[in-house]
Formats: sequence, C-alpha cells, structure tokens
Amino acid sequence: MKGSLIILSFFAFGLLAGIYKLLPEHFSQNDYSIYALYILMFLVGIGIGSNKKSLSLIKSVNFKILLVPLSVITGTYIGVAVFSLLQDNLNLIDSLAVGSGFGYYSLSSVLIAEISGDTLGVIALLSNITREIITLLLTPLFARYFGKLAPIASGGATSMDTTLPIITKYIGSDYAIISVFSGVVLTILVPLLIAIIL
Amino acid sequence: MITVLILMCLGILIGWFLHKQKKLIKITSEITNWAIYLLLFLLGLSVGANEKILNNFDKIGYQSIMITVFAVTGSVLVSWLSYTIFFKKDER
Repeated sequence: MKGSLIILSFFAFGLLAGIYKLLPEHFSQNDYSIYALYILMFLVGIGIGSNKKSLSLIKSVNFKILLVPLSVITGTYIGVAVFSLLQDNLNLIDSLAVGSGFGYYSLSSVLIAEISGDTLGVIALLSNITREIITLLLTPLFARYFGKLAPIASGGATSMDTTLPIITKYIGSDYAIISVFSGVVLTILVPLLIAIIL
Repeated sequence: MITVLILMCLGILIGWFLHKQKKLIKITSEITNWAIYLLLFLLGLSVGANEKILNNFDKIGYQSIMITVFAVTGSVLVSWLSYTIFFKKDER
C-alpha cells in the first residue's frame, strides 16, 4: 500500500507541475520518456530473469496451476470485449490493452501511454488501480460466493504481492502458492500482451 | 514496440545469468522503481498540460472504473468455472 501511494504521488506531482506550468516549456514538449521506457523495460527484463520466485515456480508448473492465470486472461478479455460492445468511446483493441494491465498499473500505464497516447495511458492507470482496490475490498465476497480462485482472478498480477495478504486470509494459505504463481505469470505477460495487442 | 520486447528479452537473458549477483539485482530493482516514478511523473506532466484530458477527467474516470468492473466480473466467473470443474473435488 505504501508503494502504491508513492507511485501515485509521483503522478500527482507531475499533474500539478503540468497544470501550473512549473517546469520550462521545452521539458514537456521534448519526449524524453521513450528512453526512460527503454531503460525500464530492460531493467524489468533483468528483474524477471533473476527472480528466484519465477525460477522455482517453473518447477511447480502443471496443467492445473496453469489454468489459473489462463482463466484470468480469458475472463478479463471476455469482460472487456463485452464492455467495448456496450459503448462507443473505447474500441476492442484499446479495451483489450487496458485489460492486459491485470492490475499492474505502473508498468501498463506508462507503456500504453507511450504507444497509444496519454488518454489511454490515464485510463490504464485509473482502471488498473481500480482493479487492485476492488480486490482489496471484495475478496471476502468473492471467496464466499465464487470459489477459492475468484480472489486470485480478481487480483490479477497483484495477487503475488499487494493483494496476497488479504487473499490468503480468506482462501487459506494452501492456495498461497497458486496465488503467487498466477501473479508472477501475469506480471511477466503484461508487457508482452500489451505490445502484441497494440 | 518491437524495440521494447527485444530489450525486455535481452534483460531476461542477462538477469538469468546474473541471478546470483544479489547486490547487482538489488540495485537493478531500485533503479527500476525510479524509472517507473520518473515515467509516471512525465505522464502526469503531459496530462496536466493537456486540456482535452483534464476537461474530460470525469468521463475518463467513469470509463476506467466500468472497464475494470467488466474485467473483474469476467475473470471471477471464468475462474469460478475452472474451480468448480478442476479444483473443488480435490478438497474433499
């Protein structure tokens, strides 16, 4: 939670600096961010490759455990596809890209903003923060009425860290490994899926 | 966006080989955080200067929440199906 607040305050500082024009004009006109994004993606790659969790989790892969992130992806895409049919502002491609954040709002928003522009980037930011908040608030309800995988599915990529404590509290610690597995797989897939879709 | 994917895959390979260098990995994750902070600051900066987005913030916010409601509903229902078919019977 502390991490989320730090991340949001950086966005908020930028927003204020932009509104009140606190920085010299050429700063916001030159697009430095693409280089920062390149560095970020390289570093994210190093993080994935060196992650002990992802190394040891590969050993626990079987058909059933793979079904969990697969269900999350399928369900999310069905959901956002239905959403894109019900309104005219976001088309199917944009909706799928936003959905592909799976709650990993920091990375998905900057990546989407870089590829598709600031408006969709902001939607990705707000939408994926909402996913984390919904999971924190509704996990007890999901666990009670929709089975033990439902909170993991709702958490998406966050089910390995920020929402893990509340998830394991309601579905039991025997499902913790599945929750971490699903979160790690989705976290790795976020940049790949967004780049493929857009 | 092929550049992004290539850089990421390169990073994964390098990370794979260096995963025992704990200090280096720790520095990497520290820089990763700051790169994310910087990018979100820059996103905020250009959004703050963009009146089209600022004037439509309520509409954008509403869309963001609705798309997530659909995404979460879809994934909860599909995972419920998987749970009922593949997981529940093992618990008894």
